[in-house]
Amino acid sequence: MKKLTVILMVLALVFTSAFAQGAEEVAAKKGSVYWLNFKPESDAVLQEVAKAYTAETGVEVKVVTAASGTYNETLTAEMDKSNPPTLFVVGNQGAVASWGDFCLDLTGTPIAAELSTDAYNLYDENGKLCSIGYTYECFGIIVNKALLAKAGYSIDDIKDFASLKAIAEDIHARSKELGFDAFTSAGMDGSSSWRFSGHLANVALFYEARDNGWTAGPQPATITGKYLPNFKNLWDLYINNSAYAPNSLATGGYDAEAEFGKGQAVFYQNGNWEFDPLTTNYGMNPEDLAMIPFYSGVEGEEMAGLNCGTEGCWAINAEAAQEDIDATMDFMVWMVTSETGTKLLAQTFGAIPYKKAAPSNNVFLDQANEYNKKGCYVMTWAFNYTPAVDDWRAGVVSAMNQYDNAPSDETWKGVETAFVQGWANHYAKDHN
Amino acid sequence: MAKTKKPRRVEGGFSSKLIKKPIKNWFLLFMGPTIICFVIGFVWPFIQGIYLSFCKFRVTTKVEFVGIQNYISVFQDPTFFHAFWYTALYTIVSVVFINVIAFAIAYILTKGIKGSNIYRTVFFMPNLIGGIVLGHIWSMIFDGILSKFNTSILLSTNLGFWGLVIVMCWQQIGYMMILYIAGLQAIPEDMMEAASIDGATGMQQLFKVTIPNMMSSFTICLFLSLSNGFKLFDQNLALNAGGQPFIWKGTSQIKTTEMLALNIYSEFYGSNTAARGFAQAKAVVFFIFVAALGLLQLKFTREKEVQQ
Amino acid sequence: MAALKGEKRFNTFLTVLFAIISIFWVVPVLLVLINAFKLNSFVKTNTFALPFGEMWAGFQNFVKGMTMGNYNFAKSVFYSFYITIVSTFLILICTSMSAWYVSRVDSLISRIVYYLCVFSMVVPFQMVMFTLSRTADTLKFNTPYSIPIIYLGFGAGLAIFTFAGFVKSVPLGMEEAAAIDGCGPVRTYFQIVLPVLKPTLISVSILEIMWVWNDYLLPYLVLDKNLYRTIPIQVQYLKGSYGAVELGATMAIILMGIIPVIVFYLCCQKYIIKGVAAGAVKG
Repeated sequence: MKKLTVILMVLALVFTSAFAQGAEEVAAKKGSVYWLNFKPESDAVLQEVAKAYTAETGVEVKVVTAASGTYNETLTAEMDKSNPPTLFVVGNQGAVASWGDFCLDLTGTPIAAELSTDAYNLYDENGKLCSIGYTYECFGIIVNKALLAKAGYSIDDIKDFASLKAIAEDIHARSKELGFDAFTSAGMDGSSSWRFSGHLANVALFYEARDNGWTAGPQPATITGKYLPNFKNLWDLYINNSAYAPNSLATGGYDAEAEFGKGQAVFYQNGNWEFDPLTTNYGMNPEDLAMIPFYSGVEGEEMAGLNCGTEGCWAINAEAAQEDIDATMDFMVWMVTSETGTKLLAQTFGAIPYKKAAPSNNVFLDQANEYNKKGCYVMTWAFNYTPAVDDWRAGVVSAMNQYDNAPSDETWKGVETAFVQGWANHYAKDHN
Repeated sequence: MAKTKKPRRVEGGFSSKLIKKPIKNWFLLFMGPTIICFVIGFVWPFIQGIYLSFCKFRVTTKVEFVGIQNYISVFQDPTFFHAFWYTALYTIVSVVFINVIAFAIAYILTKGIKGSNIYRTVFFMPNLIGGIVLGHIWSMIFDGILSKFNTSILLSTNLGFWGLVIVMCWQQIGYMMILYIAGLQAIPEDMMEAASIDGATGMQQLFKVTIPNMMSSFTICLFLSLSNGFKLFDQNLALNAGGQPFIWKGTSQIKTTEMLALNIYSEFYGSNTAARGFAQAKAVVFFIFVAALGLLQLKFTREKEVQQ
Repeated sequence: MAALKGEKRFNTFLTVLFAIISIFWVVPVLLVLINAFKLNSFVKTNTFALPFGEMWAGFQNFVKGMTMGNYNFAKSVFYSFYITIVSTFLILICTSMSAWYVSRVDSLISRIVYYLCVFSMVVPFQMVMFTLSRTADTLKFNTPYSIPIIYLGFGAGLAIFTFAGFVKSVPLGMEEAAAIDGCGPVRTYFQIVLPVLKPTLISVSILEIMWVWNDYLLPYLVLDKNLYRTIPIQVQYLKGSYGAVELGATMAIILMGIIPVIVFYLCCQKYIIKGVAAGAVKG
């Protein structure tokens, strides 16, 4: 009896812990890959990439995706664990400053040799190659040309903010008769607010960056918000010309992609990564799709192009075990050289800046190139300079919610404060 | 139930040698597992937590000792102060509402109204649905109501505050009610009878007999709801987080509906990843405060016992 | 006679009043039920309408909810059950044994353990959340199969305190008699002490079940979130901006998550309510 009880007790305790231990030990020897991805919309395809690679080589690949707006938080938590990510995303100068210590110098590595351009590489102040781009993307306002034609317009009618506004307002006014509205919902819940606090904000940030030549220097400590009125132009257009009441946007719960996919709206602000879901999940005809720049009433904007850039840059964790680093490097090279890898990457990212990239059928990216050929200027991703980017955006979202609820000059002041003051404050806090 | 702090008071002696010796030989079986787990799950993390509150670090492999710097920052942090006062205000309001309503319901239910068992069952039910799930259920309900008035719980500090109070009342009234019912039933019946023979009115009975005899229930419920209020996290996260109202104070962006526990959490796992030592220092301050509340409770309950 | 009549009328009034108040308590749960069957786009705009006509979604929310966020909800249900049952069992056995030891053996270590337990009861989780999740990760206790150890560790305080309070009031006579009869401590514990402890076991188990089942932050920080998500973690994850928010489907999984609890509650509500009352009076 005595012995039996002791044995039972010990078993009960050891059992639970041994269970866990056993499972972990198996794969440890070989070197494995753990990729912390930051784009929720790419998650499904990247899981496929991982499966395909494991099937081909037997090397274990784990892809983990942080919920949107929580990448930095997740990265910090995961980096502190006993199995930290071997491959992670360092997509802007702020991240280089925070995580540079953890980045393996990629200069002269096999993956760097495969790059077709170094335009998307990020270096720290000592010239260490911290991260390299694995995608370039563009965003703007996606247009359903078929619906636009139904309303009696063509895409060539939209040349600047004034023409965009006139068309959108006309469609909205006739929405009952037409059966569709101008813009999709501009939901401000976490699943959609980044389209505005992140991407649309580029209207204000890019032009300011162009005026002040940010690209040459480091992260600016303050911004002036000179182009915020242009940001407001577009935002007002979005919220006043859709089927959804502005004051219902704060809590969101809408699905703009579905609205656009089902033909309920003509305009949908998003990026080239929407091409795959729109054409496959909603069966939209690629020929009906087009993307136009953010026309916002800035002088000379007839020559504006799409917003192109990337925040998708790979970095290898220098503190990972050597066999894991090697496995990760092999995996990266496979992704950008093998047929399966390049095909899958093209499917979710559109284009990748590598020599052996698979051709992409993404019409949005083609359009970005067309704008370039016409001599339009690219609106680069100036928001990559944002300090404490998730917090800054959260502040902007909150202020925009107040504005949507009761649009007035006073509530708009709140947005300006969140933009300008928020930037300065977060910068000060980070550099302290 | 005997609240025997001084074990020797127990009848028959604290330890009979007859029993003590053989048990001692089985120390490993009786104490081993608990002690090991207790060290893993509490003692070691606690000690490490104290240590880390004096350090600056992003990941725990690279830790730099900075002395009391973090604590100085805590007391200069307006977000922490705001969270503290907001939490205090919320706690006071919710404690009053919860306890008054819970006691009233308990009092009426013990008066033998029809179906009191069913009501008891119904009122207690929300306690089995966890805070996160509750928060999301109510956030849907508030959304459904407030969207009719063109607003949302995320848009105003007031709505956020009262929303949280409603949710917590809904959840906790049932719990406190059970405790009050237990207290009411423990009052000797002859005492009530004597009072009613003496011609005491209902109100007099309530204030002169019932309430004075339930002081220990009141203490327990008050402190329970007090510490629940101060430690509230799940409901705050599910109901108020994400796009909540901000105000600016100096260079700090204060989330107006953020309570202490959530404030500490977002400092730990927020985007300023270098501030973890600072967050741990906040947690220590928070702990000292909650512990003080707990000790106060201990003192109160003991005094009350002596009086009885 | 008149007074009696008045009282009767007053009682009727109270019954009606309580019926109204309890509607307020039941409606939120009914709303979950209603909205679980409603098409997503109507949940926000017509929260209080019955899901008929164009709003009727059938079971599509349930189908969608089962795989939302690339995670099989059945796994969440399993992990929630597994963690709750094993943790509660482990806490009951280990802490009641320790509490007996602490109460019967007057030694330094007994006292240290006892007072540390009392101390741990006033420590809020935020104090140790970061270091605890670090420790759990270092020791590889980040699976549902090992998390009960963490629960035992962090929950030991309250349980030992409650058990010890009860054990100390149990007269020693029986145990002494057993010892004289040559009964070892292990047998004494299982055959004599444990049966006496039954009411306390029930009330502690109720408190632990309610805690573990509903707990969010501890498993969220400790478990490997990509493999293991309990029900609260999954619910929060879906609301936490992972793609489009599907309110209808979220309500469907909430419904699936709370049905077992409500059934369990209705079956054992007598024990639960008694247990809660007893547990708190002791604490």
